[in-house]
Amino acid sequence: MSVDRNTVRRIARLARIAVSEAETPHLQDEINAILKFVEALDAVDVAGVEPMTSVTPMRLPMREDVVTDGDIAKLVLANAPLTEDGFFVVPKVIE
Amino acid sequence: MSDLTSLTLAEARDRLKSRTISSVEITKAHLAAIERARGLNAFVAVTADKALKMAEASDTRFATKDAGALEGLPIGIKDLYATEGVHTQACSHILDGFRPVYESTVTANLWRDGAVMLGKLNMDEFAMGSSNETSYYGPVASPWAPPNWSRDRARAAMGSDKRGLLTPGGSSGGSASAVSARLCLAATASDTGGSIRQPAAFTGIVGIKPTYGRCSRYGMVAFASSLDQAGPLARTVRDAAIMLRSMAGPDPKDSTCSPTPVPDYEAAVGRSVKGMTIGVPKEYRLEGMSSEIERLWSRGAEWLRAAGASIVEVSLPHTPYALPAYYIVAPAEASSNLARYDGVRYGLREPGADVLELYEKTRAHGFGPEVRRRLMIGTYVLSAGYYDAYYVRAQKIRTLIKRDFERVFADGVDAVLTPATPSAAFGIGEKGSDNPVEMYLNDIFTVTVNMAGLPGLVAPAGLSSDGLPLGLQLIGRPFDEETLFALGETIEQSAGRMALPEPWWA
Repeated sequence: MSVDRNTVRRIARLARIAVSEAETPHLQDEINAILKFVEALDAVDVAGVEPMTSVTPMRLPMREDVVTDGDIAKLVLANAPLTEDGFFVVPKVIE
Repeated sequence: MSDLTSLTLAEARDRLKSRTISSVEITKAHLAAIERARGLNAFVAVTADKALKMAEASDTRFATKDAGALEGLPIGIKDLYATEGVHTQACSHILDGFRPVYESTVTANLWRDGAVMLGKLNMDEFAMGSSNETSYYGPVASPWAPPNWSRDRARAAMGSDKRGLLTPGGSSGGSASAVSARLCLAATASDTGGSIRQPAAFTGIVGIKPTYGRCSRYGMVAFASSLDQAGPLARTVRDAAIMLRSMAGPDPKDSTCSPTPVPDYEAAVGRSVKGMTIGVPKEYRLEGMSSEIERLWSRGAEWLRAAGASIVEVSLPHTPYALPAYYIVAPAEASSNLARYDGVRYGLREPGADVLELYEKTRAHGFGPEVRRRLMIGTYVLSAGYYDAYYVRAQKIRTLIKRDFERVFADGVDAVLTPATPSAAFGIGEKGSDNPVEMYLNDIFTVTVNMAGLPGLVAPAGLSSDGLPLGLQLIGRPFDEETLFALGETIEQSAGRMALPEPWWA
């Protein structure tokens, strides 16, 4: 499988990465080189094979469903590039 | 002073314990070595004040006799471990200015045991790379100068763009360079596809990626969550064992972290390997493999045989598919993990007219080319219509890779011996500029181990004809790191301790 330029633009949008028109052909070549590389997998017979969901045979531990932390708004916001009154600030979303 | 930086971690520990040296002394010696080695670019942040404070506290604890297992030993930390209040960016521009308000479990364990932090170490951006060239902070030079280069030529290159100098490998390039150049006694590293083991091989040191779940991933900047694992880089097998014992252990903050108690790995160093069965997988004998690597591999098998192990040929038939499957699984998980970098919660923010533009511009400027490429691949293979064809298929192949190993271990093999890398270290600027796959091929011998969640240790085993270090890899059963330490020690003893380069950079 290979991607065309429109697909490259679509993936970039899905990945939320701005890509200029000038970058597109180069990116397309690189992505296609990687897709060509992974084509080798088509040769493997995977009929009846379960996809791996956990690399170690381990049951996820359960813990009591209780609040274990909170009241740390200051810490949560400590690294935010823009905050106001204890909130993250983003451009206006709702018209 | 240089004497103190040449000690192994174990030797330094014993001298501190007997109080023939102090932690402040050995910490100062390392801080001075770091200053002189600025040109290697191994450290991205040096925490000298913190280091001295920690060292003073250690010296006090020696006096009051409540010293920990790593008390007073100065080490370096890869930039992807969250260290409270200290530079933590996984060497990405998008985490500009990030100062975590919490500590990773692995580093917290090290401080609990008394270790001293010298600073944060350079790495490939988000651990995506095999040469430390994708770092926002620039490439790291290996302390191993290129063959036949004069000291002046190497120093001149170090002072400019570093092209032509050797890479220390990646992604833990800063950690490997610093340990090999004796800027720290040992360092933390991390391994998603080979990022501990390939740099260890390139710089003539020891690295172990333990079993998935052996170390907590809490507070490690995530790349591919089902593959990422913490581990140490050190100058001897014993030092790596000492480090891992402190780093590993159960953690309620990481649900994939194993509750199994951590054995005393150091006790396994020097344990007899007599009667062990070592598998040599025929699929690792690649077409066109250099005779040098092949000779190294046979020599390694001979050493283990001489120590009383038996060598058998084994088959891991799905080996050729590990690397392509990795380049689906890892980018897919990365595209999901790195969705958090949005210009809102932390790090870099590029203004946009609306929230979409804010995201897209922030991510375009904040991520380097290799990271952008992998995120796009990952997004593609997870997108509607392709998920089954790529991602699910790759996860099925992962099951097959794991079964290969299970079969070999069930047949009585205690560990598998392979080369660590297809070649010795290459030069900065030499690979991957035309086709990213060229760089990816570096991980061909290491990546299967991550895909199967197994432990893998690399120990230096000799020099190439050009005089550059080469390593051998030992792959073990899940949670049987002890066997790897015993075998690794045999390799180290048989090969003789690697003579590390004299400091041309200082």
